[in-house]
Amino acid sequence: MSLLERILAGDRLSLARLLTQIENEDPEGFQTLSSLFPRTGRAHLVGITGAPGTGKSTLVNRVAQTLRARTGAAVAIVAVDPSSPFTGGALLGDRIRMRDLSGDPGVFIRSMASRGALGGLARTTAAVVDAFDAAGFGWVLIETVGAGQAEVEIARTAHTTLVVEAPSLGDDVQASKAGILEAADLLVVNKADLPGADNAVRALQSSLELAANLRPVWDHHGRLEITEVEPAGQPAWIPPVLKTVATLGEGIPEVVEAIRSHRIHLEGSGGLKRRDRERLSAEVHALLGERLLEQFLSSGRGPELGAALERVVAREASPREAIEALLGRT
Amino acid sequence: MAKKLRILIAKPGLDGHDRGAKVIARALRDSGMEVIYTGLRQTPEMIAEAALQEDVDAIGLSILSGAHMALVPRVVDLLKAQGQAGLPILLGGIIPDEDIPVLQGHGVAAILGPGTTTDAVVAAFERAVAGAAPKS
Repeated sequence: MSLLERILAGDRLSLARLLTQIENEDPEGFQTLSSLFPRTGRAHLVGITGAPGTGKSTLVNRVAQTLRARTGAAVAIVAVDPSSPFTGGALLGDRIRMRDLSGDPGVFIRSMASRGALGGLARTTAAVVDAFDAAGFGWVLIETVGAGQAEVEIARTAHTTLVVEAPSLGDDVQASKAGILEAADLLVVNKADLPGADNAVRALQSSLELAANLRPVWDHHGRLEITEVEPAGQPAWIPPVLKTVATLGEGIPEVVEAIRSHRIHLEGSGGLKRRDRERLSAEVHALLGERLLEQFLSSGRGPELGAALERVVAREASPREAIEALLGRT
Repeated sequence: MAKKLRILIAKPGLDGHDRGAKVIARALRDSGMEVIYTGLRQTPEMIAEAALQEDVDAIGLSILSGAHMALVPRVVDLLKAQGQAGLPILLGGIIPDEDIPVLQGHGVAAILGPGTTTDAVVAAFERAVAGAAPKS
């Protein structure tokens, strides 16, 4: 049996081997993945992001348990931790918080090092997610590197993006800054048993009320109503702000229900198709960029590129001018 | 992208002394390996399961409780049952001299006791992976 056939027969070691090949960008692995690609597009992809130490792994552990209990579908977890920019090594510690999931054959946890990528995921995370999707996992939970403000790549990869906050991490201006909060479909204030949790919830809620995709209108009783401006006249999704204490399992059923409601919303509003298209479009464009560069370098024009770089280093041309000159002469 | 060594560091059994395991995990990380650390009180089943899902190149076990003669053969058997008989296992902690040949008989690739330098540990992992049969 080929690796592909063994994976489709449910062999977990073969799946693990494929994930390694994909991570190493091994052409054989990508070929297998291409054969699996028609089977993708069925799993619901949930991204979990937030600052380091907010409790992402513990939350993932609980959400996965509840998803297993309520839906019965298999759950895959892709947990990304940073690689050292100096040695390339990594300490992947997300499994420490996921020990409750051990022994359930319907759960598969895979740790990934970011290997130099800066968006909170590794370069090959999307491909690893595709492999889980094709292998029949109904839910794929993707935990990003502990992310600050602008690591929004997860929102392009996932259907539902969950942003985890903890009390006392910042004031209401932090909550209004551009970036990760705008990418949230669900906001979770974890460690809600700590002081400051209600303040954090309020700051997030008021920030959401000012969000660009919502249009607050005063109705004739003087009440503030939020109406949608989604395309095609569909009702907008207003990201709920939920409180959890993941170590104790408090608030987890509400998070899981919100994820399921968001899925239903996406199905009804056409958002699922739109997100799928955006995600694949981003992947196709990124690959095209990579391949065009490879093609350029292998076409014997490497020395020209080197000469252009020298001109830039000598401040004789700006990077932009050098590239224009290079491409203008094709 | 060059292949990175992926190593599982696990503490089976009930002792709570994980400083050693953490120092080893850190040393391997600093040598450029990707280290999956699973935390305290892992059963042999949990360790074998993690080794499969993570498709690691070697496993490092740290045991200070004296239960190595029960725990190590169990991990070896579980890996065999998965089809990962060739996966190198390295052992650290407090292992009496008379147990060493028995554990080696079970296929343990290296036993690294107190006083081993971190450089020697890194070298032992590199050697064990290089000497292992290629994965099927």
